[in-house]
Amino acid sequence: MKFSVIIDALPYLLGAAVTTIWVSLLGVLLGQVIGVIVCVARQSGGRAADMAGGVYVSFFRGVPLLIQLLLIYYMLPLIGIDVPPLVASIAALGLASGAYVSEIYRGALNAVPHGQSEAALALGFPGQSIWTRILLPQAFRISVPALVNELILLLKASSLISVVGVAELTRTSQTISASNYRPLEIYLAAGVIYLAINSALALFGTLVERRLQQA
Amino acid sequence: MLDFALLVQYGPALLRGFGVTILCWGAGCLIGMALGFVLMLLRQLPVKPLRWIIRAYIEVIRGTPFLIQLFLLYSGGPSIGLRLEATTAGILGLGIYGSAYFAEIFRAGYQAVPKGQVEAALSLGMSYGSILRRVIVPAMLVSTIPAIVNMMAILTKETVVLSIITVPELMYEMQTMAAETFATFETILGMALFYWLLVEVVSRLGRRLEARATRFLTHASPQGSSSETATARA
Repeated sequence: MKFSVIIDALPYLLGAAVTTIWVSLLGVLLGQVIGVIVCVARQSGGRAADMAGGVYVSFFRGVPLLIQLLLIYYMLPLIGIDVPPLVASIAALGLASGAYVSEIYRGALNAVPHGQSEAALALGFPGQSIWTRILLPQAFRISVPALVNELILLLKASSLISVVGVAELTRTSQTISASNYRPLEIYLAAGVIYLAINSALALFGTLVERRLQQA
Repeated sequence: MLDFALLVQYGPALLRGFGVTILCWGAGCLIGMALGFVLMLLRQLPVKPLRWIIRAYIEVIRGTPFLIQLFLLYSGGPSIGLRLEATTAGILGLGIYGSAYFAEIFRAGYQAVPKGQVEAALSLGMSYGSILRRVIVPAMLVSTIPAIVNMMAILTKETVVLSIITVPELMYEMQTMAAETFATFETILGMALFYWLLVEVVSRLGRRLEARATRFLTHASPQGSSSETATARA
């Protein structure tokens, strides 16, 4: 073990960690949007929408993320969309996350008492605002712990996008350890950085949860 | 679309790869469960430092990406004299990764065993070993089957990551085939459908197993005592 190796590599690793963080954040945001749309469509869009949503959720939860990533990476050029690896990666993370998020929201919606949407209907709320003003805000609050957990999972999963050449934390560690032949030190450092980010996220999640409970 | 002649040509390699996938998965699950079980038992001991170490182990494994763990084991290992072949490193990696999750699953199951059952067994004069074997573990296994199956399905998906450290499993063979035939997209699509099916099969089998193992919870069993406590919990 030579700690000087880690200190030399640290600026690069931290820079790469920033990429990891914002790629994961964008992935989670995309996943949120897709997840809410899929969830709402499955609940109120009729049988065809429910089935399509079901297939989407089943596919993206059943197929390993690495394969999804390669699929999207190689498929987009085939249909004429030439995007950098970074965009394909964010799309893949978002699509995968969307499947999990839609299930999280489904669970949360079930936890919102049925009487509430009935009461809103009786008060003459139009269908759309029952969703935006009654159901979704509460579902969001209920699902905060699960969503933070999802963010942590996605951050770990984002290490896979190193395969398509995105210079995030894992890829950068690979590059550095290939040039200085010190894989043990470099991967240990990378592991510690991932752990630190995830612990911070978990702490943040607890704080948000506590805050929401006060409301 | 995919040429069938290719399948004939690459069939044996793909089949061999699938064999390696199943081997890694099976061995990884077994090691993970065994290690997880031991960790759970050690955590019950009233030795504080031991508990801290195990907790730290679980947190570290669950807080870092599986890929980084694999790289540490496979590329970092030789620096401390641990020289492993790719497949061995893959199996060990899967086992270590799984053990942290299985330890938590088993812990939840252990805590869910009604205290009264353990107390009853104690008052009947059973030793801790036989209480564990005949009271705690059976109840624990039944209540944790859904979580165990879920984790096994997750590990099925994680075997794909082993291709990155050149374990010659299905994904690796498939990528070789894709690189040699230029039929990249078709191969990956085929692989996606295959894994989709595989994970679905694992989950279905798991659900069957769950239904079979929890049959006594819903039907009135001849031994009133066991069904009583079980349904009370369910």
